[in-house]
Amino acid sequence: MAAVLVAQTPTGDVLIKNGTVLTVTNGTLENTDILVRDGKIRRIGKNLRTPNGVMEVDATGKFVMPGIIDAHSHIAGSAINEGTSQVTAEVSMEDVVDPLDVSIYRALAGGVTSIHLMHGSANVIGGQNETMKLRFGTTDPDDLRFQGAPRTIKFALGENPTRGGRSRGIQPQSRMGVENMLRNAFTQAVEYREEWAAYNANKDPRKVAPEYDLRMQTLVDIMNGDVLVHCHSYRADEIYMLLKVFSDFNIPKITFQHANEAYKVAPELAAFGASASVFADWWAYKLEVYYSTAYNAAILTENGVLTSINSDSGELIRHLFHEAAKTQKYGELTDDQALALITLNPAKQLGIDDRVGSLEEGKDADIAIFDKHPLSVYAIPQMTFVDGVKYFDIENDGDDQRIYINPESSISEMTLYERHNDHRCMEGAFLDMEEYFSIFKK
Amino acid sequence: MKSTINKLFTLLFAIVIFSGSSFAQEDDQVLKARSGKFALTNAKIFTVTNGVIENGTLLISNGIIEAVGTNVTIPADAEVIDVEGREIYPGMIDSGTTLGLSEIGSISEAQDFREFGALTPQMQALTAVNPNSVAIPVTRVSGVTTVWTMPQGGPLPGTAAAINLFGYTPDQMFAGSKGVVMNFPSTPTGWRARRLTEAQKKERMDRALKTINDAWDKAELYAKIENADDVRAYPEIEALVPVVKGELTLFIEANAAADITAAITWVEDRGYEQVVLTGVAEGWRVADEIAASGLSVITGPVQAIPTRQSDRFDAAYANPAVLQKAGVKVALRTMEAENVRNLPYHAGFAAAYGMGREEALKAITINAAEILGVGDQIGSIEVGKKANVFVATGDPFETATKITDLFIDGYKVPMTSRQIRLYDEFLNRTPSVDKTKPVIDIKKK
Repeated sequence: MAAVLVAQTPTGDVLIKNGTVLTVTNGTLENTDILVRDGKIRRIGKNLRTPNGVMEVDATGKFVMPGIIDAHSHIAGSAINEGTSQVTAEVSMEDVVDPLDVSIYRALAGGVTSIHLMHGSANVIGGQNETMKLRFGTTDPDDLRFQGAPRTIKFALGENPTRGGRSRGIQPQSRMGVENMLRNAFTQAVEYREEWAAYNANKDPRKVAPEYDLRMQTLVDIMNGDVLVHCHSYRADEIYMLLKVFSDFNIPKITFQHANEAYKVAPELAAFGASASVFADWWAYKLEVYYSTAYNAAILTENGVLTSINSDSGELIRHLFHEAAKTQKYGELTDDQALALITLNPAKQLGIDDRVGSLEEGKDADIAIFDKHPLSVYAIPQMTFVDGVKYFDIENDGDDQRIYINPESSISEMTLYERHNDHRCMEGAFLDMEEYFSIFKK
Repeated sequence: MKSTINKLFTLLFAIVIFSGSSFAQEDDQVLKARSGKFALTNAKIFTVTNGVIENGTLLISNGIIEAVGTNVTIPADAEVIDVEGREIYPGMIDSGTTLGLSEIGSISEAQDFREFGALTPQMQALTAVNPNSVAIPVTRVSGVTTVWTMPQGGPLPGTAAAINLFGYTPDQMFAGSKGVVMNFPSTPTGWRARRLTEAQKKERMDRALKTINDAWDKAELYAKIENADDVRAYPEIEALVPVVKGELTLFIEANAAADITAAITWVEDRGYEQVVLTGVAEGWRVADEIAASGLSVITGPVQAIPTRQSDRFDAAYANPAVLQKAGVKVALRTMEAENVRNLPYHAGFAAAYGMGREEALKAITINAAEILGVGDQIGSIEVGKKANVFVATGDPFETATKITDLFIDGYKVPMTSRQIRLYDEFLNRTPSVDKTKPVIDIKKK
C-alpha cells in the first residue's frame, strides 16, 4: 500500500547552480551546486555537469537552504479538536487533511516544505497528528503524507484542558487533575498491555481474546516508543510533572510544544533528553504565558535542549526564517544554530531527520531559495522545492493560487487578519461541546 | 490568647517584610532612569528629515535635542557616551496598539480597551494606560519610544492617545496628542454573514451608517449651540465636537476596499478637515482613490495574512509600498499590545516588499509623528525636538541588531525588562540539576 502511494507522489530532477548553500550540518558553501535526481540530493559540489534533460536553476547571488519544517501547524486541517473525551488517542488528523487550503501555498511561499499538522489542545491526551509534505496542487489528501514519518500524538497540559474540564463539569479542572488523568490513562494502558500479553502467552486453543481498544492500543504504542508525544504545555511545573510521569511509565521521548517556561527547567529537560518546540516571541496572550521570555529558545539551546521554533499559525508559518532570526537578537545564536531551529531540529523532533532538515547528499530534495540571507529581515523566498519538484516560484506567482474555488463564495469575501484570533489550538473545542451537551439538556 | 496570636502575626509580618526588603537590597539592583546632559559622540546619526550624519555628536539637555552635527561643542557638565561604530535613530513610533491597555490577552479583567455601549467617544484611552505594564519596558528596549494606544469596539469606541513609553503616570507618558476613533461600518463577512442575503447585508450596513450619522448630525448641531445657556451635558456628543470644529483628528478604521471608498465619500460629504484612515488592509486595491482624497493612512499589521483567499501571498506585506508609491502619506502599526516590539520587523517587511528602507523608516518615525499630530515634537532628530532616540549596533530592522542605549523625554532609560532579567537568571540556572543524583530517573531504552 505504502509503496503504491510513494510511486504516485511526483519527484523531480534539477540542478541548482552557483548558490550560497546553507547546509545547516556542514556549514556554508559558497558558489556551490546541488544536483537533484528523482527527488533526492544526488551531489553537492562545485561546477557540477548538468545531465541531459535536467532543469537548471541559476542561484548566483542567492541563498539555498533546506526546506523549512514547522513542528506545530494547523493549516490544511478541516477540523482541529476532538473534544468529546479527555482522552482521544484513537482519532487522527490524517482523516481531516484538506489539500485545498491555500495556506499550503502561502507556507510554500515562505520556504516551508513540511508541516506537523497537529490535533488541538482541548484534551489531555488528544488525537494523533500527521506529518506532511506540502505537495500543493493535488486534491488527494494522501499525496500530502510524509511517507515513512513516525506516528506522533498530541497531549495538552494547563489552561486549555482544565478550561475544558470546568466548562463541562468534569476532570481535570486543575493541574493536579491533569496529572491524575495521565497516570490513570497509562495505568489502564499497562493493564491492557498485560491482558494481551497474557492472551498471547496462553496456549489454550479455547482462549478468548481481550476486546481490542484502539485508544488503549495507541497508549501502548506510545509506551513502546512507536508514537512520539508532542505535548502542548506552558508552565515549568507542568513540564516537570510530565517528565516524572513519563519517567514512571518508561516513555523515553517527548517534545514540549509552545513550552514558554521551558527555559526554567532547561537543565531537567536536557538531563531527560526531552526537546522543546517554541515560539520566537509570543507571550501574554493568557496567564500561563505571562512569565515568558523571548530568550527561551536561546536559553534552551545553550543548555543543550534540542529546540525548534514553530508557528501554530497560518501567518507566522510564512516567515519562520524571520522568527528563527529573532534568536540572534534574543540570545545571540549563530546562523547555524538559528537555522537549525526551523530545519534540522524540528526534523529530529518529528523523527524525519534521516530524510530532511539539512542539505546533504542522499536526503530528500526539499529546498528553499532566498534572494538574501534568510536570517535577514529583507529576505524574500524565491523558489521552494519538495522532492525536487518546484511548488513555488516567485516569478510565476499568480494572482489567485487556489486549486478549487467554492462557487457559493462571494467575490467580496474578506477576512481581516487578527493575530489574537490566530490560535487554532482550541478551535471547535467549545462550540462543538456546547452543541454536544445541549442534546442532553433538552 | 487572642493578643498572643496577634503578636505572633505581627512578628511574622515583620519577619516577612524585613527579609523581603533585605533580599531586595542584596539581589535586585534597582535601575532607575536618569536625566541630565548627554553627549553621544562618534555616531552615524539618521536624522530622517535631514539625511545621515557620519561621525556626528548628539547633545541631549533638559529633555530635548540641543545640538546635532559634526561640529558640536560639548558642555563640560555633559556625560559623554562614545558610541563609535553605532547608529542613532529617532525613537520608533507605532501608530496603532493597545499597549498599556491590555496586560493578559485571555483575561477580561486585564483588558481596558473596550467599553460597554456603541457610542462612547468620550472614553479616554489615556486614563486606562497602566504605566507599570510589564509590556512597556519589553517594548521600549527594542527602540520603540512612542505608541498610539487605542480603544476598540463599537462604531465610536473612544479617544486614542499618543504615549511615550516611560513615565509613572499617564500624564507623564502623554506625548501630546489625542484623536477620536471611529470604526466605519464594514461589509458583513465571515461565517456569521454567510446566512445573510445581499438585502440583509445592505440593511445592516445602512443601519450602522445611520447610527454614526445620527451621532455626527447631533455633534454638528451641538457645535453650533454649545455656547447657549441651557445646553445640557451630553458627553458622548461633546467628545465629537472638536472633530467637527477641526480641532481634533478623526481616525476612521476601514479595511475592505468598498468600505475604504465609502469612508472617503463620507469624509467628503461631512467636510471634516482633520481625518486619517486607519487599517486600510485592502488599500492596495484602491490606492489611487485614497491618494486623490488627500487623506493620510495608518496601516498594519504588515505581517498579516491577505484578506481574501484569492489574494497574492504578499498582499499585506506589499500594501504599504503600493499606497506610498501612489502618493499616500503612510504610517505603520502593529495592532499589538505585548509585541509592539516587532514594529521594526513590520517596517522591514514593508521595506523588502517594495517600500524601501528609507520610506519604511519614515513610516515609523516622522510620518507617524506628523499623522498623529506630534510632528513638531518627535519623529526625527532635529534641534528643539524631544529627545526620544535610541542607539543601535546597526540597522534596527535587522534582527541581529542590538539596541544599546535608549532615551525617552531626555531620560536615559535602563536597557532592561522582565524578559531580559529572566534570561540573566535562567541562562545558567543555580542550582542546576544534580547529575550524580538526577531528579528524573528515566530508564533509557
